[in-house]
Amino acid sequence: MLKYTLSRLGYMVVTLWVIVTITFFLMHLLPGTQLKNEEKLPPEIREQIIASYGLDKPLMVQYGLFLEKLVQGDLGNSMNLDGRSVTDLILQGFPASALIGIQGVIFGVIIGLALGIIAALRRGTWVDNLSTVIAIAGVSVPSFVAAGLLSFWVGVKWGILPVAGWESWEYSILPSLALSFFVISQMARYVRSEMVEVLDQDYMKTAKAKGLKRSAIVVRHAMRNALIPAITVLGPLTINIITGSVVVEQIFNIPGDGKYFVDSITTNDYTMIMGITIFYAILFIVAIFLVDLLYGVIDPRIRIASAKE
Amino acid sequence: MSANAAKELSPELFEPVASEAGAEERILRERVGFWKDAWRRFRTNPGAMAGLIVLALIVFFAIFGPMMNKYDDHTNNLTISNQEHIGDHYFGTDNLGRDLWQRTWHGAQVSLLIALLAALIDLCIGVTIGSISGYFGGRVDDILQRIIEILYSIPNLIVVTLMLLVFDPGIVPIAVALSITGWVPMARVVRAQIMKLKSQEYVLAARTLGAGHRRILFKHLIPNVMGPIIVAVTFAIPSAIFFEAFLSMIGLGIRPPQASLGSLVFDGYNYLQIYPYQLFYPAAILCLIMLAFNLVGDGLRDALDPRMRK
Amino acid sequence: MSKLLEVRDLHVSFKTYNGEVKAVRGVTFDLEKGETLAIVGESGCGKSVTSQTIMRLIPNPPGFIKEGEILFEGDDLAKATEKQMEKIRGKEIAMIFQDPMTSLNPTMTVGAQIIEGLVRHQKMSKAEARNKAIEMLRLVGIPSPESRLAQYPHQFSGGMRQRAMIAIALACQPKILIADEPTTALDVTIQAQIIDLMKELQKKTGTAIILITHDLGVVADIADRVVVMYAGIVIETGKLDEIFYNPRHPYTWGLLGSMPRLDLRSDQKLLPIPGSPPDLISPPKGCPFAARCKYAMKICKEQMPERTDISSTHQVACWLEHPMAPDVKPPVAAVGGTKDE
Repeated sequence: MLKYTLSRLGYMVVTLWVIVTITFFLMHLLPGTQLKNEEKLPPEIREQIIASYGLDKPLMVQYGLFLEKLVQGDLGNSMNLDGRSVTDLILQGFPASALIGIQGVIFGVIIGLALGIIAALRRGTWVDNLSTVIAIAGVSVPSFVAAGLLSFWVGVKWGILPVAGWESWEYSILPSLALSFFVISQMARYVRSEMVEVLDQDYMKTAKAKGLKRSAIVVRHAMRNALIPAITVLGPLTINIITGSVVVEQIFNIPGDGKYFVDSITTNDYTMIMGITIFYAILFIVAIFLVDLLYGVIDPRIRIASAKE
Repeated sequence: MSANAAKELSPELFEPVASEAGAEERILRERVGFWKDAWRRFRTNPGAMAGLIVLALIVFFAIFGPMMNKYDDHTNNLTISNQEHIGDHYFGTDNLGRDLWQRTWHGAQVSLLIALLAALIDLCIGVTIGSISGYFGGRVDDILQRIIEILYSIPNLIVVTLMLLVFDPGIVPIAVALSITGWVPMARVVRAQIMKLKSQEYVLAARTLGAGHRRILFKHLIPNVMGPIIVAVTFAIPSAIFFEAFLSMIGLGIRPPQASLGSLVFDGYNYLQIYPYQLFYPAAILCLIMLAFNLVGDGLRDALDPRMRK
Repeated sequence: MSKLLEVRDLHVSFKTYNGEVKAVRGVTFDLEKGETLAIVGESGCGKSVTSQTIMRLIPNPPGFIKEGEILFEGDDLAKATEKQMEKIRGKEIAMIFQDPMTSLNPTMTVGAQIIEGLVRHQKMSKAEARNKAIEMLRLVGIPSPESRLAQYPHQFSGGMRQRAMIAIALACQPKILIADEPTTALDVTIQAQIIDLMKELQKKTGTAIILITHDLGVVADIADRVVVMYAGIVIETGKLDEIFYNPRHPYTWGLLGSMPRLDLRSDQKLLPIPGSPPDLISPPKGCPFAARCKYAMKICKEQMPERTDISSTHQVACWLEHPMAPDVKPPVAAVGGTKDE
């Protein structure tokens, strides 16, 4: 287990380093990166940037400086928002983003699981058809379109929930729902196909031959085996949620990292873009790492095989 | 045995008949070729057929739709701005009085073009890397796998954003940016399939008969991986369409006045509360394209999956 | 001895894309207490379907019992409800399957898989069931059962897994054990061990065994009686000696002739049976073996032969038994050369 964890950890660090490096050099390919709007910048911020990045030094030295600061959690200062620290800004936007994301995942996973399991157990019935339709629709309707539909019908037409802003919990419902569509569809689809496959396995026949009740067969034998692989979709799902939140926050005007990201793109706030990119990369990679670990802990085949090493 | 039954039987019935040599080896049912069989299964899948028809319609309109009224996609006419029902502006007009029907179908052209181009690049790189990695194995495979593993965990969002900050967004740069990580799933599929196939007896047989690497790869392996490749391409297209639209939504997509479905959806959001149709028409076409490709992809996967063959 | 299980004219079919596959077409046999009955035949002859139908494990749809009775101690299992079957499965009739690699749940410990049956049928507490499970593992010859209990199937070797399967099956002391090709997926040396184990356990517990196999060597080793199936019907049935030393059906000759034997001269060639079984979607109206039979007569292709009694325990369904049929001697490879030469 330890070896497995360490090797995953190693990959994580290498991947992060690759992303950070690519980000750094790509940003320096940009014409006049940090000082694009040189003349518009207030002199003190300009000084600050030149000093903190050592812009007068060679590129490799800057790269070294950049890495050194990164390790200390310093992502530099925003070029627009009064030169505030990028790390602070990201941390400030994170709770809102995390709330809508986590709500979206939890809601989506619960509904998706239920749909997938019932569909597999009742193959060919209306539940199965419904789950197929939802699964296909969820993949075909991007979260930014779902957000539009929700915001227009639930928000504007029916006036039930607020469509923009961030004042109370109600403001997080529509964005979370918009994000959960994809989660529901992927989960339902994956769990259904895993369940169908597991129900076909020889050991299901063994369980039935033991005279177990159907409910015991389904819960103890089928679901456990079907849900273990379903953990693997959590990684890609998290990535999708984060990606989706970038646009959804924009649409619902939520002061989260996604909105900061889009704003910084439109205002050419390169330090901010770079900071959020790196932050997202860390989120993505940690999410995948955690899912990998969880899988290893839960599946006895992996847990024991790696314990032996 | 009853005596009655015995009476009715005549002795001649008990003459031996020569066993028909090879008769039992006759093929009883018509043999159907793989592709024909796959098409038969595809045809009987209502979802897949619906997807195919929707797709055909959308391609038809993307090509011929702009010829169906007398407007174009860029002429402003502020006297008729934001009108949903006006004359032969089938989808109404936008805030500059431009014809949305024109803009939507031109946008669909752009979106489809980007997606096809991206899928094509994915296909070329993915199949090449995947088959090299799977076929030769060993050190080559190790190195390629490490690269793939790293690329796989770099999120699309980040690569695409960075690329388009550096290069001006246009059809080709967007397609290229999408392909940087887009080829990875294709390579994984191809590699897994080739690894599975290359140890099968028929490949060993071909090798013992003196077939070279090139022949084995192109004659024996890649044709048998065509099914999964086609399925992967079909799924790569909606994903590219999604990302193109996504880029427009974050301000990195096709630059105005040119439009893609994504940028039209983005523009539509500005007037969602008053003129929702400006969002709904392009969004509907966008979803229909993704839906159609997903349905066709599912249908193809079921039709081409050998495990489903009876 | 009394009849434990009687299968009467059982028909089982599957609905498929191409039509109805008539997998079992009128199978009749019975099983007595404590005996071992072997059902033999090529793959696809309906032997596995028959055995799984007894347990009602055939998924419906597509499979269904068209007609016939399965009388277990007088109750017709063919008409039993799912609830009633749950009480019989595992408790009265247990089953082990061909592939021990896939027949055990990979994410549950072996112990838990034995215990769950005990808790269900014997109403034992967890602790009692655990002790019983250890006892069962010891009984099937698994060393240090206490620690093995907490292990997962993938930590067991193939032979060990099949032993564990047997432990699961016998835990509730069933009256019948159905073993569906229990040795096919195992190494030859392990095969013999498993068969010996089954013999030994049968002596201890008195469980009747239905052994499904295509391996006549295994049959010779363990069976009391043999049912030979072909294309969904029983073509010959009899005591072990009757089938091995006085086989009457050309298909049985074929089976015996294709088995290597020590009692034959070493230059005696094995006789394979040419061809393959008929399509069960549209089975021939006559004897299903006629197309592959060296001795086929006109009548064979037109009418299904009836069962003929050779002795009170030995029946065969073949037109060669008819008084008008020519006299045919079985090939040397099937019955041994000694008495004919």
